[in-house]
Amino acid sequence: MNVILTGEKSKMSHELNGKKLLLQGNEAMAEGAIAAGCRFFAGYPITPASEISERMSYRLPQVDGTFIQMEDEIASLGAVIGASLAGVKSMTATSGPGFSLMQENLGYACMTEVPCVVVNVMRGGPSTGLPTSPAQGDVLQARWGTHGDHPVIVLSVSSVSECFSIIITAFNLSEKYRVPVVVLSDEVVAHSRETFTIPSTDSIEVVDRIVPNVPPEWYKPYEDNSRGVPPMSAMGDGYRHHVTGLVHDTQGFPTEKQDEIEAFIKRQFRKITNGFFEIQITKKLHIEDAEIVVIAYGSVARSARRAVAMARSQGIKAGLIQLVTLFPFPKNTVVNVMRQCKAVIIPEMNMGQMSREVKRVNTGLTEVFKYNRIDGKLITPMEIFEEIQKV
Amino acid sequence: MSKSKSKKSTIPDPANPPDNYWKVRQKLEKEGKKLFVQKIFADWCKACSICIAFCPANVFGKSDSGMPVIIDPDACTGCRFCEYHCPDFALSIHERYSDRRKK
Amino acid sequence: MIAGMTELRHKYLRHHKKFPHVWCSGCGNGIILGAFIRAIERLKLKKDDIVLAAGIGCSGRMPTYVDFNTLHTTHGRALTIATGIKLARPSLFVITVMGDGDATAIGGNHFIHAARRNLDLTAIIINNQIYGMTGGQASPTTPYGAQSTTSIFSNIEHAFSIAELAVAAGASFVARGTVYHAAQLDKLIEKAIRNKGFSVVEIMSNCHVQFGRRNKMADPVTMLNWFKDHAVSRDEGTSMPPDSLHDKFTIGILADEDKPNYIEEYSKIRKRAKRN
Repeated sequence: MNVILTGEKSKMSHELNGKKLLLQGNEAMAEGAIAAGCRFFAGYPITPASEISERMSYRLPQVDGTFIQMEDEIASLGAVIGASLAGVKSMTATSGPGFSLMQENLGYACMTEVPCVVVNVMRGGPSTGLPTSPAQGDVLQARWGTHGDHPVIVLSVSSVSECFSIIITAFNLSEKYRVPVVVLSDEVVAHSRETFTIPSTDSIEVVDRIVPNVPPEWYKPYEDNSRGVPPMSAMGDGYRHHVTGLVHDTQGFPTEKQDEIEAFIKRQFRKITNGFFEIQITKKLHIEDAEIVVIAYGSVARSARRAVAMARSQGIKAGLIQLVTLFPFPKNTVVNVMRQCKAVIIPEMNMGQMSREVKRVNTGLTEVFKYNRIDGKLITPMEIFEEIQKV
Repeated sequence: MSKSKSKKSTIPDPANPPDNYWKVRQKLEKEGKKLFVQKIFADWCKACSICIAFCPANVFGKSDSGMPVIIDPDACTGCRFCEYHCPDFALSIHERYSDRRKK
Repeated sequence: MIAGMTELRHKYLRHHKKFPHVWCSGCGNGIILGAFIRAIERLKLKKDDIVLAAGIGCSGRMPTYVDFNTLHTTHGRALTIATGIKLARPSLFVITVMGDGDATAIGGNHFIHAARRNLDLTAIIINNQIYGMTGGQASPTTPYGAQSTTSIFSNIEHAFSIAELAVAAGASFVARGTVYHAAQLDKLIEKAIRNKGFSVVEIMSNCHVQFGRRNKMADPVTMLNWFKDHAVSRDEGTSMPPDSLHDKFTIGILADEDKPNYIEEYSKIRKRAKRN
C-alpha cells in the first residue's frame, strides 16, 4: 500500500478508510473527528493547533460538513455550541491563550449540557509564553478553568494513533454524557509525523446523542432520568424549548428555587460519576509486579514507556500508568497501584499539576516523587530512567 | 380630563348617556363610523400611561392608582397606537360588529 | 388586516407561563417584542423554524417569552452561537436580539465580523443608550455629556452609531427604528428577516428608569416624545439644513444591497472540494 503524503492535497481522496498515511498528530486528530461524525468545525489560527483547522477546512466540505474561521476563540466555541444545539457534532481546536478565552463559553456548554469537543494543543505559558515549545501547563485549567462547579471530561493523547482514537472517544463520551470534552495534546504530539493506517469505518464505534421520542408537549429538556442525561433535541426538530446559561428547571426556564438548583447541579455531577467505569481510561505497562511506578500522560508518557523498558532491561521492576483520562481523575486505578508499589514518579512538563492530584489520593500508601521540566524541552526517556534509578 | 374634540359632539357620552343613546349609536354605525372595543388586561398592565398620553382620541383616562380606564370607547378611531405601544401586551383593540350575533 | 395583538399573544408568546414579563413599566422591550411577533405573523413562518438567540441584559430576557426555539447565551456571544446554528441548519431563520452594550461593547467584534461575513442572520439591536439591567452604567451608545452611574459628572466618551457602524462593516441590510414608530418597526424587522444576508435593525428604545431618570426624561412618555422629535426619515434628513441635524438620527432603511451570502458561497466551496 502506498503511503500518501499529506502535503499532496490533490491526491487526497474523500474515502481514507484503510489507507496508510503519514500524518502528524494534528492531522490525525482532524481525521479522527471526521470518523467520529464531526461535521462542524469553527476555529481561529493559533500555533501549534493551526493544522487541525487547516485540514478541517478542506476535509469537511468533502463530507458535507462546515468549516468556518471565526474572529476569535470565544466566537469559535460559541459557533461550535450553536452547531451542536442544531444537532451536528462539532469541535474546535486551540492552544493555551485561546483556551483561556474559551473558558466563558465552556461554562455555557457545561450549564446547557451541550456536547462538544475542545482540543487544546498545549504550549508553554503563561500568556504568549513559548508558542513553539511543548508544555503541559493547562491541565488544571482544563478542569477548573471556567467559573462555578462544573463537571468536565479531560482526555490526553500521546501519539498520532492516539490522536485519532482518543478524539473518537472524546466525541462518544461527549455525546453520551452531554458534556464538553477537552482533549489535551501538546506541541510534540501535534507536530510529530508517524505513519498511521486509518481504520475502516466498520471498526470504529460511534455513539450518537439520544434524541427524545416523546411528543413535543411532553418533552422536558432537562428532566432527570436514571442516567442523569436527558435526551437532547436539535433546534428545528419540533421540540421548541428554552436554552439558558442561567440555572434552569427541567423545562429549561430560569429558576431560583433552592431545591431545583441543587438537584440540577448535583445531576450534572452524578451523570459523570455514573459513568466512571467507561470514562476513566488508563493504559498500564508492567504494573503487576512493579515496585516503582511512573504515572505519565501526553508526550511524556511515550518517554516514560521507553524509560520503563530501559529500567526493566536493567533489572529494575518499573511499571507505567498512562493516564488517558485526566479528569475525572482515575482514582481507583492509581490507588490500587499505589497500594502495591514502593514509589511513584510523576514526570510532567509543568510545575506539578497532576502530581498534586496523585498526592491528594495518596493517603500514606506510598512515596510520591515528581519530576518537572518547564524549559520548553521534552522530558527524555533518559531523564526518567535516571529518576527511576535515583529512587 | 380635558377633552374638546370636534368629533366628540356627534358621539354620545357613555358616562352620561342621553335617552336615545343606542339609537344614536346605531345611526353612527349605519353611517359607516367604525366602532371599536378596547380591552385592558389589568393583570398585565403596569400603568406606564403610554396609552393615556398618546391616544389621539383621548379614549383613556387615568384612575387613582395610575391604571388606564376607558372613558370614551366610541371615540376610538382604531389606529392601534396603544395596542402597538403597550409594552405589556395588556391592551387589545377589536372592531365592534353590531351584527356579530348573526355571524 | 393584521390580527389583533391578543391573537398574536396567544399564538407566539409563552403567555401562560411567563407573563407579566420582568421589564419595568413602560419599557420599550415590550413594544419591540410586540413588533417582532407582528413581523413573524406577516412572514407566516412556522414556529419550529425560528430561532431567537439573545445575549445578557434586559434584552436577554426576550427569548424566554416567545414560543420559538430560544436561546439565552453568554454576554455578547449571541451572534457566535447563532452563526453555529445557521451553518448547521441553514433552513432555520436565526434571529438574535441584543442590547447596545451586548452588541457593540463586549460583542462588538462578533458584530462587525458577522456583518462582514454576510451570513444570513438577523440582528435586532435594542439601543437604550445605557446598561439597564446592571444599574445604569455608561454604554458605548450613551451620548456625550449624558449622566450615568459610571459617569456621574458627565460622559466624556463619544457614542457609537450602531446602524452606521453596521453599514460600514458591510451588513447587507441595515435599518433603524424607534419604539415610538412601532408600526414601522414590524415592517423593518420583516424586511430584515426576508433579506438573504446579514441584517441589522437598530431600535432606539427607552430606558427611562436607568437612562431617562438621570437625564431629565424620567417617564416613558417623555422618552417616546423625545424619539418622536429627534427621529428624521432619510428623505426628511436630506431636505433639512445640516446644522439642524446634529442631534437628530435617521430612521428607516439605511442600506439594502444584494451581495452573495455565506451559505450560498459555502455550497460552492463544497462542490469544489468534492471535485478534487
